[in-house]
Amino acid sequence: MNYEIWIEKIGLAVIFAPLLMLAALGITSLVGLPLNERRIGQVMQLTILTGLIAALTVLGLMLWCDTRHVTVNLGNWVSIPQHYHFEIKFVFDRLSVPFVVLTFLLCGTIGKFATRYMHRERGFNRFFVFFSLFVMGMTVTSLADTIETLFFGWELVGLSSALLVAFFHERPAPVRNGLRVWSVYRVSDAALLIASIALHRMTGEGDFDRLLGMNSWPEGVAQLTQQQALTVGVLLLVAAAGKSALVPFSGWLPRAMEGPTPSSAVFYGALSVHLGAFLLLRVSPIYDLSPWLCAATVAMGAVTAVYASFTVQVQTDIKSALSFASLTQVGIIVAEIGLIPLIVLVLGAVGLGEWAERLAVAKMLRYLCLVHLLGHACLRTLQFLRAPTLLLDYHTLENAIGDHLPRTALPRRENAPAAASARWYRLALERGYLDALLGDFIVAPFLKLLARCERGERAWLKFLNGNSDADRAEKPAAKGVLEDYL
Amino acid sequence: MIELHLPWIELMILLPLCGAAVVSRIRDPVAARQSALVFTGLALFFAVGAWLDFDLTVDTSRYHAAEDRGLFQTRLIGREVFTIDQLSAPLLPLVALLFFLTTITTLRTKIRRFSFVLTLVSEAILLATFACREPWVIIAGLAMGTAPPYLELRARGEATRAYVAHLGLFVVLLVVGWSIVEWEGSTATHSLWAIGPLLLAVMIRSGIAPFHCWMIDLFDRATFGTALLFVTPSAGAYAAIRLVWEIAPNGVLLGLGIMSLVTAVYAAGMALIQREGRRFFCYLFLSHSALVLVGLETTTSLGLTGSLCVWLAVGFSLAGFGLTMRALEARRGRLSLAEYQGLYDHTPNLAMCFLLTGLASVGFPGTLGFVGMELLVDGAVEAYPLIGVAVVVAAALSGIAVLHAYFRIFTGTHYFSTISLKIGVRERYAVLTLAALILLGGLVPQPGVHSRHLAAEELLKDRAKALGELVVAAEHVGHEEIVE
Repeated sequence: MNYEIWIEKIGLAVIFAPLLMLAALGITSLVGLPLNERRIGQVMQLTILTGLIAALTVLGLMLWCDTRHVTVNLGNWVSIPQHYHFEIKFVFDRLSVPFVVLTFLLCGTIGKFATRYMHRERGFNRFFVFFSLFVMGMTVTSLADTIETLFFGWELVGLSSALLVAFFHERPAPVRNGLRVWSVYRVSDAALLIASIALHRMTGEGDFDRLLGMNSWPEGVAQLTQQQALTVGVLLLVAAAGKSALVPFSGWLPRAMEGPTPSSAVFYGALSVHLGAFLLLRVSPIYDLSPWLCAATVAMGAVTAVYASFTVQVQTDIKSALSFASLTQVGIIVAEIGLIPLIVLVLGAVGLGEWAERLAVAKMLRYLCLVHLLGHACLRTLQFLRAPTLLLDYHTLENAIGDHLPRTALPRRENAPAAASARWYRLALERGYLDALLGDFIVAPFLKLLARCERGERAWLKFLNGNSDADRAEKPAAKGVLEDYL
Repeated sequence: MIELHLPWIELMILLPLCGAAVVSRIRDPVAARQSALVFTGLALFFAVGAWLDFDLTVDTSRYHAAEDRGLFQTRLIGREVFTIDQLSAPLLPLVALLFFLTTITTLRTKIRRFSFVLTLVSEAILLATFACREPWVIIAGLAMGTAPPYLELRARGEATRAYVAHLGLFVVLLVVGWSIVEWEGSTATHSLWAIGPLLLAVMIRSGIAPFHCWMIDLFDRATFGTALLFVTPSAGAYAAIRLVWEIAPNGVLLGLGIMSLVTAVYAAGMALIQREGRRFFCYLFLSHSALVLVGLETTTSLGLTGSLCVWLAVGFSLAGFGLTMRALEARRGRLSLAEYQGLYDHTPNLAMCFLLTGLASVGFPGTLGFVGMELLVDGAVEAYPLIGVAVVVAAALSGIAVLHAYFRIFTGTHYFSTISLKIGVRERYAVLTLAALILLGGLVPQPGVHSRHLAAEELLKDRAKALGELVVAAEHVGHEEIVE
């Protein structure tokens, strides 16, 4: 029996289940006939359950017949002979299958939670449309076997994330924060797109199978030179940094807690925040070629972990505290991804030990990063989902005993001068002034320059038009007759 | 040249002209809108007919253009003027659709200010321009096309100097440039005296910085519908292809490409800081139309294909985006981006359309512009390796600008209204039509890409013939194509 054919067929169900959910919820909303809460819940559960069962079946079959790499090729979505082709290809391997199973598990759990949590909320339908967009994006990104397909899913995740942060859009704060999240994501998307272009220019390929060798993950061998690996790797690192809120892009993560708790759980506890690490794991063979890339990744991950562990101590709300705790672990995971090949490269450079054995061990240690990622995602999801009821439980207990519950005092630094403590506290409270630094030194000068250009253009038009009522904004809109408004 | 089966193009042009004559005699604005709807609808029907007749029945491996089966051309002029080829085949229905949708979505609050007569005349002129390949007829069409907006500005009592200065110069440069081209004869290389004025004319019409201010002024002063219809079909890009592209050497095109890149990034940045809805839209359009020119100037098959795909995608998506903003203006007056408007609860369908068309314009995955943008980026990087990345920067900035505008208009507060602002039936159909085109085109892009690729190949062959080259050396790409 040809199990690979069965795996390919069942693999299609994994891919099309979330697409079906998005189509069902999206089209009905588009034509103005949204489904009711019950139907939405049923559609969501049915499609996610289908995807999960299909993913588990694929996993079971792959274990049964000891297959480690199965590709599902949907062919060329766009093709210009001899010039260009956009292939839609998915891979089921030891990285994508656990991640997609996790995706369906957590999305199903959180989706079910959300049907209760968001019950009778005005934007119930809107929430699940964005949620289905997210699930689609995560599935495509997890299973992508070409960088273009990965980019497709990456963008869907970014949009759904920003729109869910701004879910409570009657207030300006969530909207402002949603825009900030989107802005960082666009930088990340741009970096990923440039990386994709660079890969095509260097190798003529965007296919991970050909780029990273025919061996299945994590045993691939990158078909790049050291310089190429560094160039592409840095771009991918920037893309991952934006998506996973690594320093210096960490400012958006606590702001993203404006969204509903289910979206905070699934995005910033479980899946979306780990997408950067996932991307780095997917292209991990590149790290074997460039020690500088490894060093940059370790540095970025380590700085993020230190920053987040420092900042978490002064957070006053549970979701922000959890977000920084999550960021600490993401930083550690990213550092692990870079550290393992860096150690191997350094040992090899100083001539210690056999290359092959260390490489083999080092590649196996990539599983450590994956296990860390999966475990952390599950733990953090639980904590996020538990957070609202945890506070309720605390209040119930305190009401019952008529007093505050005893709290564990933070360790005091007896020898630290008060002024220094105040400065450290302020630094942590302001989250390292990262937002202010980015705003003051990058965004503000850019906007000031544009504002100057705007003033110049208005002056030029005023001159051309002979100084006649140049500023249209001051002129009231023309009024029609009353009947026109009926 | 092969002929179409019916006089599609003639009828497509004549009907709006007849419609203008009919509508000019109608006093009631509602009746005028109804009549205009009929004539623009018929023009759309014949435009689609021309496209289908060309695409489905003409053997495009043998004939790359077809003449209209003219009823009047031969009698009046003595020859066939109107043709359809791979380039113009989908552009004609696009133009006709834009005019039809603009007419159908004109609400009662706007029908007294929006001139249907001038709109129909503009449509006829524009369709005639796009259905021509003869340079002087194109120049005449482009020149005549500048008149209706000018007449509207005069009728509204608005200042016209900026518009006249720029578009007057545009017309003069076209005439001077092509006169010199003809005076120099059919030589392989034309002097800068010939190409320079034409290039400058294209830059003015397309709004390439620093010649873009007239467009912003037009959006400020004219009705939104008129401004939208004047700029969205990208007549400047058409002029670039028909008049400049075939004869300009690679170096000149490279320079124009760089200026277009700078404009794309500059305009995207300017869209970010705008506090007025119309100016925001104008800068967004400037950025995207500059990207179309970037692709045209790469002179490679990939870049050109991407450019032509983006041209169509931008036409649909930005027209839809503009129509959505126009519908909102009809309800709220001029849109301010300085404060939150909170219109989502009142107009959720318009919000969805705004987001969809806005994201389609920046090439979001799953929408019409995605593949075109990918091709364009690839082509631009192939032609300008380092600075081609600016296309990605422009797209990123535009994406931020679109969502910024969405949040400002639809969210941030709760808007209280004493009258219903809900979408009307006509608007719903227009919105759904555009959404369907954008999503279908995004999910099944191959037919469109194939068609644009064929058009790109034909353009490259025409350019090779015009430059008298047997071997086209794509200088900044470093590979050679052998052209018959």
